[in-house]
Amino acid sequence: MIELRAINRSYSVGGQPVRALDNIDLDIDAGAYLSIMGPSGSGKSTLLNILGLLDRPSSGHYRLDGHDVTALSDLEQAQVRNQRIGFVFQMFHLIPRLTAAENVALPLLLAGVAPGRREPLVAKALQELDMGDRAHHKPEQLSGGQRQRVAIARATVTEPELLLADEPTGNLDHHSGQEVIRILESLNSRGITLIMVTHDPEMGRRASRRIKLVDGRLADPDVAT
Amino acid sequence: MSLRSADTVRYSWGALRGYPTRTLLMLLAISVGVAAVVILTGLGEGARRYVMGEFAALGTNLVIIFPGRSETAGISPSTLMGETPRDLTLADAGALARASRIRRMAPINVGSAEISRGGRSREVVVLGSSHDLLAIRHWKMAQGRFLPHLDLDRAAPVAVIGSKIRAELFGAEHALGQWVRLGDRRFRVIGIMGSEGRSIGVDVEETVMVPVASAQQLFNTASLFRILVEARSREALEPVKQQITEILQRRHQGEKDVTVVTQDAVLATFDEILGALTYAVGGIAAISLAVAGILIMNVMLVAVSERTAEIGLLKALGAPAGQISRLILTEALLLSLGGSLLGLAVGELGCWLIRHLLPTLPAYPPPWILTAVLALTLLTGLSFSLLPARRASHMDAVAALSRR
Ligand SMILES: Nc1ncnc2c1ncn2[C@@H]1O[C@H](COP(=O)(O)OP(=O)(O)OP(=O)(O)O)[C@@H](O)[C@H]1O
Ligand SMILES: [Mg+2]
Repeated sequence: MIELRAINRSYSVGGQPVRALDNIDLDIDAGAYLSIMGPSGSGKSTLLNILGLLDRPSSGHYRLDGHDVTALSDLEQAQVRNQRIGFVFQMFHLIPRLTAAENVALPLLLAGVAPGRREPLVAKALQELDMGDRAHHKPEQLSGGQRQRVAIARATVTEPELLLADEPTGNLDHHSGQEVIRILESLNSRGITLIMVTHDPEMGRRASRRIKLVDGRLADPDVAT
Repeated sequence: MSLRSADTVRYSWGALRGYPTRTLLMLLAISVGVAAVVILTGLGEGARRYVMGEFAALGTNLVIIFPGRSETAGISPSTLMGETPRDLTLADAGALARASRIRRMAPINVGSAEISRGGRSREVVVLGSSHDLLAIRHWKMAQGRFLPHLDLDRAAPVAVIGSKIRAELFGAEHALGQWVRLGDRRFRVIGIMGSEGRSIGVDVEETVMVPVASAQQLFNTASLFRILVEARSREALEPVKQQITEILQRRHQGEKDVTVVTQDAVLATFDEILGALTYAVGGIAAISLAVAGILIMNVMLVAVSERTAEIGLLKALGAPAGQISRLILTEALLLSLGGSLLGLAVGELGCWLIRHLLPTLPAYPPPWILTAVLALTLLTGLSFSLLPARRASHMDAVAALSRR
């Protein structure tokens, strides 16, 4: 499903080039459960952002379902993000003035789905995450775990093929974190491709496939750094 | 696929409501600008209407003749010989009265004299004229009758006095039929003017009117101050003016030594001046709208940077750059629309208040100004938020999302 070929991403900081990703080759099958580990600053988020079309590689090719998405225009990439990719962030990124239901409806809103058709989809997405009774709550009225569940409902309401999660448990206590992981895993078991960045080795090990980044390069995940 | 317009408006509306202080501040700035335009043009238009009204009250289809030339066209033998322009006389007035296109004519003589009755006396303006003046000026009598029909050169000891003079001289007593002394002559009061005839130049409540020949005797003069002529119709104004000029030129041995103006010409001049004044005042007020525009730009820039994470999220969820700009521009449009509607309401209220406090000033803003100010505000709001919208749409999604 995903083919990365010779992906480089470098930043120039004060005239000095910084290689955040160094010649990455990676293939990921549809329906995979992949965890990305590695020390801080090793390029995990950078990789995830490129996979999510939020960032463009400095060089290399990214094929999604056989199509070279690096060649797409910004508008086309926005469309792919909207329809086929879901994001879950460490910071949740819920809009504080909107209710849970309104936050979940955002991707549909942006896709131009009519209000009448949005409602059942939003209700269903919230229901599946056990948040049906919190639909009209504002984020500030929800716990961290509940917020992340709303964020997951938002990521899945368009039924994407690919779910990208950057340290989704980073801001949660152990219990809520476990619950969020279980939710993501159950989504994966229903066929969605799950790629998750995590610092927690225990969580990382639960993935069926693990990769590790060190200084922007792929490394052996079983060797401690 | 793209955001529906209704959803765009609803989303922007929500964003505005999410930051009430900022939104209210901008609404205030815009509405103050709009209200200023409405109130100031209302005042200008009120002044124009007031003056027009006053002139209209002078009479309709009016031609005014006064001695002396207003323009210097050519040198005549008389000016070479250093003669002063010939006076207007009662004979001139009589000749005009016979002209075909003239409906009414009233010669006018003005001076001041002491009026007394019993122990009381005061200085008054004395207006010498004829019977037709009442109809020409659309005056109404409070009591009694106006000056009688007389040959122009016949004096008569009758006077029409203003209501204030009546009150001062007679108090609660009956005035009609009583005698008063004007200068060294005695006149019998035949009529009293009420407050109806207040208009430019003459306050009839404080004027005494006598037959023109009596006034000439009183002031010991043979000349006239002015002749008022009423044409049969508006269309007849120009021909009448022509005819008067010809008649008087013939009577004055070919000299064009009088000035003949139609009230229309005077009105048009005033209309033009006051109209220009309204534009100028409105223009100055519109500057406050430009200031509001700059405020909109600044506040929208702050709003964009405060909502960096939100904009990053929208991008991650699949909003293209154009969509983000449209959301910001919609916010600006909603603000401008709300601000201008509020400003129009405040402006109209202000004008109403002015009309209430100064009933003589018809302070109605010209109707076109409402549309113009609305269009101008929307345009200002839109153009000053182009930069913030551009900044938002060019924002880097990754950087926006990672900022904490
Ligand atoms: N906008 C940027 N400008 C310059 N350098 C950047 C930028 N973004 C990332 N980097 C650099 O790229 C490298 C990889 O960053 P990245 O955020 O991918 O790390 P990470 O593995 O996600 O770290 P963490 O575990 O702390 O989140 C780092 O060295 C970082 O300093
Ligand atoms: Mg990271």
